[in-house]
Amino acid sequence: MSARPRASFIELSARERAAALLDAGSCRELLGPFARLKSPWLPLQGIVAQADDGVVLARGRIGGEAAVVAAIEGAYQGGSIGEVSGSKIAGVLELALRDCERGRAVRPVLVLETGGVRLQEANLGLATIAEIHAAIVALRRHVPVVGVVAGPVGCFGGMALAAALCSRLIMTRQARLGMNGPEVIEQEAGIAELDAMDGADVWSLMGGEQRYATGLADVLVEDNAEDIAAQVRAAFDDAAPPRTAQVEEFRRRLAGIDAQQPPSPEALRRLWARERQP
Amino acid sequence: MERLEFSYPARQPVARRVHVGVVGSGDLEVLLEPSPDGQAHVSVNTSVEGFGAVWRHVLDRFFGRFDGAAAIEINDSGATPGVVLLRLEQAVEALRE
Repeated sequence: MSARPRASFIELSARERAAALLDAGSCRELLGPFARLKSPWLPLQGIVAQADDGVVLARGRIGGEAAVVAAIEGAYQGGSIGEVSGSKIAGVLELALRDCERGRAVRPVLVLETGGVRLQEANLGLATIAEIHAAIVALRRHVPVVGVVAGPVGCFGGMALAAALCSRLIMTRQARLGMNGPEVIEQEAGIAELDAMDGADVWSLMGGEQRYATGLADVLVEDNAEDIAAQVRAAFDDAAPPRTAQVEEFRRRLAGIDAQQPPSPEALRRLWARERQP
Repeated sequence: MERLEFSYPARQPVARRVHVGVVGSGDLEVLLEPSPDGQAHVSVNTSVEGFGAVWRHVLDRFFGRFDGAAAIEINDSGATPGVVLLRLEQAVEALRE
């Protein structure tokens, strides 16, 4: 994709996002739509399948180094992870791991735009998400694994765990990150717990700004394709340990919270302020 | 869900394959590639049943202007006829890029 001035990243398709993150002219798609690796399960349930199952894999270069991007298309089935789409992500991470083990570093980037597992594919989708988690943990010993949550879908469920496992997580203000999406929380816990239609409340809890302010995301970036690509490049030069390797720090943080008196979003920002982090 | 097949005569060979669109609500994806037999073929997978005649009208209009020997797969999630035509024209435009 040719770089347009101040181009929105959020408005790009998954395919355009992958190209925007890779060095200009270096993007080469793997298992693209003409490979027709579709979900075998959705048509059985009367749902039209997309030819790439909603995941775009692309090889190329980032900062001149070999790289691979897996980008989820949020407009198709809410970016949900099925057997095929999840296997594509896990497979590309496992191949990157194999390259790294052979001394050929590959920079992996995940563009996460997903409600989590695809309910129509249930356990098969969950199994691939577990494979994705294992691959991220194995791969990040060799090279930072960089996650991007741009919006508008955000990143939820098992894939929110994948986001948390990334060495570096980049978010926009428009993005959301959480185990359960707001609609699920409202449905399960009642509207007194959370009104999913109350955008200000939802974003104050799980929006990119809050996740950054409380140290659960590493970089807060404007919705600009060039800025996001630059932050992805910079993330590979950041040697800080991944968040999920900082076990004692997060034990300490959790110990400071009274589950009977959960803090407001503002109070959590004070409790878990970035300045206090190692 | 319904699957529909259409064929049209063609004059021009198609040099390469192009992909546009997404199977999102009210949208569709188009996979266009060279046809093996010199004719144009369209296979439609659509989430909405019973609109075969409308698909025929939309494709008649499209192939009134496009004479490429293309094998076209459409995966549709309830796009309106206008959106279908726009996506097909976008595919032809991408073909010429």
